[in-house]
Amino acid sequence: MYAQMIKTASNGIKPREEMSEEERAFQDKIDNDIKIEPRDWMPEDYRRTLIRQIGQHAHSEVVGQLPEGNWITRAPTLERKAILLAKVQDEAGHGLYLYSAAETLGVSRDELIELLHEGKMKYSSIFNYPTLNWADIGAVGWLVDGAAIVNQVALQRTSYGPYSRAMIRICKEESFHARQGYDAIRAMAFGTPEQKRQAQDALNRLWFPALMMFGPSDAESTHSEQSMAWKIKVKSNDELRQQFVDQTIPQIEYLKLDLPDPNIKWNEARGHYDFSEPDWPEFFNVIKGNGPCNVDRMKDRVAAWDDGEWVREGLLAHARKKAARKVAAE
Amino acid sequence: MTRDEALFEFLLRMGDNTLILGHRVSEWCGHSPVLEEDIALANTALDMIGQTQLWLGLAGEVEGKGRTADNLAFLRDAWDFRNVLMVELPNGDFGQTLMRQFLYDAWSFVMTDWLKGSADARIAAIAEKAHKEVTYHLERSGDTVIGLGDGTEESHSRMQAALDYLYPYCGEMFEKDKADELLAEAGIAPDPTELRAEYDDIVGRVLAEATLAIPGGGYVHKGGRNGRMHTEHLGHLLTSMQWLQRAYPGAAW
Amino acid sequence: MKNEWPLWEIFIRGQHGLSHRHVGSLHAPDAEMAVKNARDVYTRRNEGVSIWVVEAKHIAASAPSEKGPLFEPSESKIYRHPTFYDIPDEVGHM
Repeated sequence: MYAQMIKTASNGIKPREEMSEEERAFQDKIDNDIKIEPRDWMPEDYRRTLIRQIGQHAHSEVVGQLPEGNWITRAPTLERKAILLAKVQDEAGHGLYLYSAAETLGVSRDELIELLHEGKMKYSSIFNYPTLNWADIGAVGWLVDGAAIVNQVALQRTSYGPYSRAMIRICKEESFHARQGYDAIRAMAFGTPEQKRQAQDALNRLWFPALMMFGPSDAESTHSEQSMAWKIKVKSNDELRQQFVDQTIPQIEYLKLDLPDPNIKWNEARGHYDFSEPDWPEFFNVIKGNGPCNVDRMKDRVAAWDDGEWVREGLLAHARKKAARKVAAE
Repeated sequence: MTRDEALFEFLLRMGDNTLILGHRVSEWCGHSPVLEEDIALANTALDMIGQTQLWLGLAGEVEGKGRTADNLAFLRDAWDFRNVLMVELPNGDFGQTLMRQFLYDAWSFVMTDWLKGSADARIAAIAEKAHKEVTYHLERSGDTVIGLGDGTEESHSRMQAALDYLYPYCGEMFEKDKADELLAEAGIAPDPTELRAEYDDIVGRVLAEATLAIPGGGYVHKGGRNGRMHTEHLGHLLTSMQWLQRAYPGAAW
Repeated sequence: MKNEWPLWEIFIRGQHGLSHRHVGSLHAPDAEMAVKNARDVYTRRNEGVSIWVVEAKHIAASAPSEKGPLFEPSESKIYRHPTFYDIPDEVGHM
C-alpha cells in the first residue's frame, strides 16, 4: 500500500489461447499458488511490473522514515523516544528487505534509488503529509501502519517468492508498529484537554490521506486486472479500504474522539460502514508532486544520498585496499 | 560533599553522556549514507537511550527526592547537565559523527570495564550490561574510522579534520575532582586519570591503522563534566528535546 | 553501478541449535562489514547466535529446469524418511 497506481507493463490480460507454452505454464503455477522464484522463467511484463511495485514499496519505507523521524528528537519521554527510534529503524530495515527482493529481479538498489531521485519512481502519497504535533506520531503508527498492514497481510500471498517472504518478515516485525501508535494516541485522547485536542487534530488531518493509501477505486484502474491475475495484487483497492475502515471505526470510538467524517455510518444491509470518498483531485495532486511535503522529502533524501557518497566510496576503497594487501601477503 | 552527593554527581555524568550522545546520534535516523549504516546507528542510539534510563534512574534513586530518569532528562536546565562537552557538539558530517563515537566508545569501553567490578552492586550491574553493548559499538566505530581514514583521499582528509576538531575535547573525560576522589577511595568508581593509559592504547592503535595523526598541542576543552560552562549547542539541543514536557507541564505521555 | 557495495547473502543460526538459514541479503564493502551489518539488520530481535555471509555472486545455484532431475529421484525414495516405517508401540520410541 505503499505501492499505489502501479502501471502494469502490459495492456489487459492475454487470453489463454494466445499464450505461449511458457506463459501458460507460468500462469498455471500462479493459479495453483506455486511461488515464482528468481531463476524461474517469467514474462518480461511480470518482471517489470514487479520491479515497479516492489521498488515503490521500498522507496515508501525509506521516505516514510522522514515524517516520523521529524519527532525523534522531540519525543516526550525516554521510553517513547526509544520506541519511535526502533520503529523508524524498522522502516529502514523494511526498505532494505524490499530492495533486496527487487534485486533478485535484476535491478540494483542504487539504480532504483537513482530512479527515485530523478523523479522517475514514486513513493506512497501519505508521506507527503506533515507530522505537526506529537499525536501525529500516534496517528501515523495507528492509521498509516494500520492501513499498510491490511495490505501487506494480503500481499504475503503474492506470487513472487522473494516479495512474499519479505512481506512475511515485515508483517511479523510490524505488528508492534500499529499498537505502539494506538498506545501513544490513547495516552493523549485520555490526557489533558490540550492533548485531546492534538489527538483529534491528528485524526482529522490524517484520516483521508490514510484512506488514499489504498489508491483510487479499482473501477478507474486499468492495471489492476492483470496484477490480480498474476497475484502481485491480491485484493482490490476498495475491498482493502473497506476492511481498514471497518476495523478502525470501533478503535476511534473507543478513544472517544469525534469521527473524522460526518458520513461514517454503519450500514446494516451491507454489513459494513459507509464513509465518504477522499478528495481524489487532492490525491492526484500529491502524486504529481504538489503535496505539502513532496519537495522537502525529496530534498532530504537526495541530500542524504549525495552527502553520503564519500562515505560509501571511502569504505569501499578501504575494502579493496585490504583485499589487495591480503593477496599480496599470500 | 557526602558520598551520596558524589555518587549522584557521578551517575549524572554517566547518564548525561549517554543521553546527549544518544540524542545526537538519533538525529541521523533517515539521513545516513546507506541503509545499513542508518540501521546500525539507530541501534547504537537505542543502546545509549537504554543506558540513560538505567544511569539516570539510579541517580534519581540515590538523590532520594522522587525524581525519575524522565524528570532528570526533561526538566533540568543546561547548567545542571554533567555530560562532557564533546557529546553535545553538533554532528557535523558522517565522519565527524563516527570519529566522536569512536573517541567516546573507547572511553566508555574502559570505563564500563572498570565499573563491572564496582563496590556498588547497582553500578556493577548496569556496567555489566552496558559493557557488552559498548564493546560492539567500539568495534563498529573503530572499523569505520579505520575504513574512512584509510579509504579515499577525500575520506582521509575529512577524518583527519574530524580528529583535529574533536581531539581537544577528549581530555575532559579524564578530569578528576572531589567527587571522583571520594568514589575512588570507596572503590565505587575509578580515578578517571587512571583510565587514560588503556584509552590511549586503544585510540593509538586504531588511529594508526586509519593512517590518521593525533594532533599535538595538548589543549583540553572542558566545563561540561562539572557544569561550569557548556557550549552554546546544549541549550538548543534541550530546547527541542524538552519541548513537550515544558510546554505541557504535568501531562502524561 | 560501478561503486555499489557488493551484495551479500546472509545466513543465521537461531537460538536452538538449528542449521544456518537464509534470512535475506544486504550490501557491505567487505565480509567483515557484512557480518556487522547482518548483526544490526537481521538480529534486531534476538534472532541469532551465529552469522554466515556469502557474497551473492559466489553462490552457485541449480537451474530451475533441473528441478525435476535433481529433486524428484529423492521423492521416490520414501524409505529414507522415518515415517515410512511402522514400529510397534510396544517397542517404544525410536
